[in-house]
Amino acid sequence: MLKRAAARLLGMSVAGFARAMTGVLPDWRGCLPEPRQRVYVANHTSHGDFVLIWTVLPHAIRRGTRPVAALDYWGGSGLRGFIGREVFNAVLVDRRAGQSGEDPIVAVVAAANSGASLIFFPEGTRNTTDQVLLPFKSGLFRLAQAQPRLEFVPVWIDNVARVMPKGEFLPVPLLCSVTFGAPILLGPDEDKAAFLARVREALLALRPTERER
Amino acid sequence: MIMPYEAEELFAGLGAVLLLATLIGQTLKWRSGGEASPAVENLNQRVFAWWVMVALIGVAFLFGKGGVILLFAFASFAALREFLSLTYTRRSDHWALLAAFFVGIPVQYYLVWIEWYGLYSIFLPVYGFLMLPVFSALRGDTTRFLARIAAIQWGLMICVFCVSHIPALLTLDIPGFAGRKLLLVAFLVIVVQGSDVLQYVFGKLFGRHKVAPSLSPSKTWEGLLGGVASATALGAGLWWITPFSPIEAAGFALVACAMGFLGGLVFSAIKRDRGVKDWGRMIEGHGGMLDRLDSVIFAAPIFFHLTRFWFVP
Repeated sequence: MLKRAAARLLGMSVAGFARAMTGVLPDWRGCLPEPRQRVYVANHTSHGDFVLIWTVLPHAIRRGTRPVAALDYWGGSGLRGFIGREVFNAVLVDRRAGQSGEDPIVAVVAAANSGASLIFFPEGTRNTTDQVLLPFKSGLFRLAQAQPRLEFVPVWIDNVARVMPKGEFLPVPLLCSVTFGAPILLGPDEDKAAFLARVREALLALRPTERER
Repeated sequence: MIMPYEAEELFAGLGAVLLLATLIGQTLKWRSGGEASPAVENLNQRVFAWWVMVALIGVAFLFGKGGVILLFAFASFAALREFLSLTYTRRSDHWALLAAFFVGIPVQYYLVWIEWYGLYSIFLPVYGFLMLPVFSALRGDTTRFLARIAAIQWGLMICVFCVSHIPALLTLDIPGFAGRKLLLVAFLVIVVQGSDVLQYVFGKLFGRHKVAPSLSPSKTWEGLLGGVASATALGAGLWWITPFSPIEAAGFALVACAMGFLGGLVFSAIKRDRGVKDWGRMIEGHGGMLDRLDSVIFAAPIFFHLTRFWFVP
């Protein structure tokens, strides 16, 4: 009870802080915010990424939406762990599980089977390179295979990397935007390469026009 | 500092003007039968945003000097955020950016609050401009170094230094004007913003010849002359809230409007350079904070210093 109240309060503070820093506004370009099961597929440059998506989602949709996040960062025992587990209700995956233990995508598919919407980063890791988008991991395709009727909504998050560059711990206030594209479904005979390429194209199409940064 | 009685009349007047604008906007919408044209839609958004902005300034006025300083400190924050979002910086500028936001803005407005003219008029151009590049240089990254630090400095100059000269009007000791200084802030803002609105109106009604086609398609000679002339007349008509005579009020209004127009041109050039139409989406119908402030930014320091030169002994 107390925990729920603390989580709600903390959630509101996190969203408020994100807004104060980034003035983030959603651009629902390809679809509307509807309370249906969706996978928000976004580019990943910062730990703040899913916080921004979560912030711009209407409250009713927020509650049913779970970010897929790294166990080693958001699964700890401190405040960050509390935020990860209790505020965002994150699906925590162990990225190092490749060699040992359980396949990380199993937990994600289980969360999708339970009816939750997901925030998913198909690059699998934060992009700290100069490339616009890293190659996608196979996870996205395997999730689509397991749940062929799932809607995948491409989401481009712009400018977050400048707010909080890698290795810094204080954010600088700069405007960010979150752009939602049109939902994508896995085609009946679509193979992995074609599906990932299609999602990738849709995601890149949402980028703001290049301003020679 | 309590609200001078003239301020109540002033806000009543502004309310009447906005009421008229709302009536016109809604009538245009009603006559078009529900399906309003984008221009009418934009007009109504702008009028609504004006209601909000006037209300915010009114609340700030109720709190006196502290309220006005806080209001413009937040305006500086929003403006600097918009400006630096569109400029090129690198990871190595992180500490310089942090200092600009979290040292530059609070210290500048604190200095205005304690009315230390000798320091708030040089703090950013001397200490800020010299120290910020040091933060970036210490990181050893020289890629487009000059462009990066120049952008941060210019951002501080226009978004913080210039904007802070609006509340700094409250620190001027004009003989016989004590207790009414808020009105000087109101005068500057009303005249310059009024000039923007009137240029827009004259431009829409009579605009044919573009002033600077490569910078802005919406700035016309007809709009400029009609807007500035009528805003100058407006300034002269508001002489009773200033320490100026009617002629002087007209002169000050003319200078402020001319600077405001030039500010708009410079900001259009920056936006063109960065490939955007608006600075942001903060104020519906207007764009960003800088889209609304651009003219006042150029007018404020000049207005401040001319007033100080001629009216402060």
